[in-house]
Amino acid sequence: MSDVVTAPPSTHGGTLLLDVRDLVVQYPVRRGLTAALRREPRTTVSAVDGVSLSVRHGEMLALIGESGCGKTSTAQAILRMVDAASGTIEVDGREITHLTSKELRPVRRTMQMVYQDPYESLDPRFRVRRAIEEPLVIHGMTGSSEERERRIVEALERVELSPADLFIDRYPHELSGGQRQRVAIAASLMLDPKLLLADEPVSMLDVSVRAGILTLLDRLRRDGDMGIVMITHDLSTAAHFADRIAVMYLGRIVEEGPAHEVVRNPQHPYTKALMSVVPKPDPRDRTVPQILRGETPNPIDMPTGCRFHPRCPVAEDRCKVTDPQLHTARGAQGQAHRAACVLGIERGER
Amino acid sequence: MKSVEPALAEGTALVARPSSGGNEIVRVLKERRSALAGLVIVGFFVAMAVFGPALAPYSWTQQSGPVYAPPSSEHWLGTDDSGVDVLSEMLYGGRTSLIVGFAAAFVAMIVGGGIGVVAGYAGGGTDNALMRTTDYFLVIPDLVLMIVVATVFGPSLSHVILVIGLLLWTSTARIVRSQVKSIRERVYVRRARSLGASHRRIVAQHILPQVAPLLIATTVLTIAYAIFDESALAFLGVGVPGVSWGTMLERAFERTAMTQGAWWAFVPPGLAIGLVVIGCYLMGQAIEDALNPRLRVAHLSIKSWRFRTTPNVAEGDAS
Amino acid sequence: MSVLEANDLNVWFDLPHGGRLHAVQGVSFNVKEGERLGLVGESGCGKTTALLALMGLLPPSAEVAGSVTVNGEEILAGGEDAMRPHRWTDVAMVFQGAMNALNPVKTVGSQIEEPMKFHDTSSGAAAEKEAGDLLELVGLPASAATRYPHEFSGGMRQRAAIAMALACNPKVLLADEPTTALDVMVQAQILQLLLSLTRDLGLALVLVTHDLPLVTQVCERAIVMYAGRVAESGAVDTLFHDPRHPYTRLLFAATPDLSGERDVASIPGAPPRLDRPILGCPFEPRCDRAFDHCKVETPSLLEVGAAHRAACHLNDGSLERPSDREAAR
Repeated sequence: MSDVVTAPPSTHGGTLLLDVRDLVVQYPVRRGLTAALRREPRTTVSAVDGVSLSVRHGEMLALIGESGCGKTSTAQAILRMVDAASGTIEVDGREITHLTSKELRPVRRTMQMVYQDPYESLDPRFRVRRAIEEPLVIHGMTGSSEERERRIVEALERVELSPADLFIDRYPHELSGGQRQRVAIAASLMLDPKLLLADEPVSMLDVSVRAGILTLLDRLRRDGDMGIVMITHDLSTAAHFADRIAVMYLGRIVEEGPAHEVVRNPQHPYTKALMSVVPKPDPRDRTVPQILRGETPNPIDMPTGCRFHPRCPVAEDRCKVTDPQLHTARGAQGQAHRAACVLGIERGER
Repeated sequence: MKSVEPALAEGTALVARPSSGGNEIVRVLKERRSALAGLVIVGFFVAMAVFGPALAPYSWTQQSGPVYAPPSSEHWLGTDDSGVDVLSEMLYGGRTSLIVGFAAAFVAMIVGGGIGVVAGYAGGGTDNALMRTTDYFLVIPDLVLMIVVATVFGPSLSHVILVIGLLLWTSTARIVRSQVKSIRERVYVRRARSLGASHRRIVAQHILPQVAPLLIATTVLTIAYAIFDESALAFLGVGVPGVSWGTMLERAFERTAMTQGAWWAFVPPGLAIGLVVIGCYLMGQAIEDALNPRLRVAHLSIKSWRFRTTPNVAEGDAS
Repeated sequence: MSVLEANDLNVWFDLPHGGRLHAVQGVSFNVKEGERLGLVGESGCGKTTALLALMGLLPPSAEVAGSVTVNGEEILAGGEDAMRPHRWTDVAMVFQGAMNALNPVKTVGSQIEEPMKFHDTSSGAAAEKEAGDLLELVGLPASAATRYPHEFSGGMRQRAAIAMALACNPKVLLADEPTTALDVMVQAQILQLLLSLTRDLGLALVLVTHDLPLVTQVCERAIVMYAGRVAESGAVDTLFHDPRHPYTRLLFAATPDLSGERDVASIPGAPPRLDRPILGCPFEPRCDRAFDHCKVETPSLLEVGAAHRAACHLNDGSLERPSDREAAR
């Protein structure tokens, strides 16, 4: 399907941590009773349709897209919460795509997820201590109670909930949203993961609190050499904190590259439109918003050719026919910046 | 480095405390008058069942006075058709009725709770199979089955308890199942799964503690039904052998206490059954109300917001 | 002449275990015809409560004081009974999460016609036609009237909710977080719709949100709320380029922009409890430029420029304060 994808050159050093190639995740489409009775074949919809991405140690990749683009399914597939229909997922060189749940258990320690809703991600009956301990207990890595206590305190200090004993015996409802999110992060860190998937980690928090959490994540990956995949719809956050950005649309990556590059010099018409409609804090910013017509179509009715062409402001006839792959964008500053746009391909240029 | 958000106590008291199981139930019992009333009533009868027989003035099986003697200073509640002291019968019979009621409700709780948790957590085919079984039990006419079982297998305390329990579990199962289904989808449960927690652990640590309060509320309500069912069975002649409130009612009916004007033979047991049922109901309803946020209907209140006409002064307002 | 004016609005809530929460403390603002006003603040600052007070949609535990006038006519003082006739016909609201609050068993058209019938502004075939017109006004086809909410996407349902709010030709539209759950592109579409409504219909808009850039993009003026009070108010340009309240400044500083250049900082601490009287400035514990007087006296709103007000002692030239070592920042 796609050409040989080499991992883009490192923008932040570090060895390759996560390597996803041609990932496809499908969901069966519910068919009505009449269709079932008529024995029509089950249709599937590809939520993720050939996604390749990579993250290095110490790097933060932002996965951007609107609802229905497949970013959450991608994350779930990486975590093996959902099975991939095809494609490969490698973590630190080891392929995990087809491991059984038993084999996955030790692997699960290396990948952790931070969820969007801080008000729901902690069991309301568990005190902070127990919530943070839980990963250790599940994996039987308990040790003596002093040892556990020490590790819990250490985890709390690491997420800047200090002094630890002020927080350790609290219930979640006694903490603010930002504090809860920090506790969730602390719990995720207990197993020393190498890969952190953060699904909209701050979208439900107040603005004044967000930077603190994001800075924390930033610091953690630099200190701990972790790789972070941050799923977000907030382009500004991605621009600030991520090393690289990958923009998804209808199950594919349509543009990827160094964060500041993608934001300042977007190559794909979709990315360009997205950047233009993000509200800017400065009232004097005169960017004309390029508001696309309609909404993201249902993946069941996938457009022919380039999947974006029905809404694309600069689509041409050939866009209805050709399904573009990611290639180094024409106006890009470097090789690492790629986009999947028919117009970017000029006479076999790669 | 300035500690982030050091003001921990700020606003914490204003955040609604979630139900932490036992605490919530105790709180409801303390705050709602209906729950308290229910608790007092049931408590009274439980105390009566525990201590009563020891305090009974006469035997509850042997004759100790004339037949259908009206209440007097010797027999506070009179005597029944065999001259047995009604008060003593009430005290001992209460024990039987309550034992059956509580035990049957307990059986219903275990079976219903177990099936509800398994169906809710497993989902899919297992859920379907279990729910169809539940439907089957729901459709069976309770009393008819109880009569048949009692007649076929012979009346005994354990049979009656089992039969009542095995017919009352169905509503518990449904309630528990739907709650388990919703808890299962909570983020913290999904997180535990992604951490690699086993199903057993998730059910034991995350799901059961959350389900327990509602299960208790439902069980309290089931006790009411169970006691009523026991009385019904006894009244129809297939109840527990020996003395219970139901058998007292049955004998009063058989021996025409009503036409003879011996109200003391059936009013006390009838009243007692009614009161215990009401008491359980009040408690159970109050707890269930408190635990189910969807039952809150403040926005449908007839009362509306108030407008203050006098200028806002004092009352500790900073202005 | 303002089409909607709120003066010294106060809202108290009775708390279940005794005590009262002073959720809105002396808030005043006004909007003119065709004007767009933003009400910005974080969770718990009282912006939604203030909005609900304007419509009289508070629960029985609430007590309200102050004045709300529409075209000069007082609507708050009479309580619920006096407010009711003005609801929807003068002031209408698009609620937070409105797209999810549509009645699933009634057609979109019938839900738009409902307020018309209730307020006797229209009925029968005329109402149906009007509903169709409203749908087209918000960018949906008139045929959408016969469909049910679940047949539409989130963005389209939000448009339908806006159409519903416009059913009785209100003069003021209150929008509470109208785009929160929507994608950025759909958000842009909805905002464009709101903009065109104010321009074409002369509708006044009060937009409540926690998203600062949204306000600077869409609104002409804005009010920044903190702890139930107005911290600063003025033209959005002024608020961005010349903030006179540290909270406004810090809030902008905490908001990332696309350039990714400026450092983003969070504001340590948390908003104060509103069930107790607050001594001094409510923002003082978190403020980076607080001085002694801030603990003592609650600042009142001072004029700091043309139609620009801020409640901060730093603007009070008459106060003595330690030499501005921070001023150089």
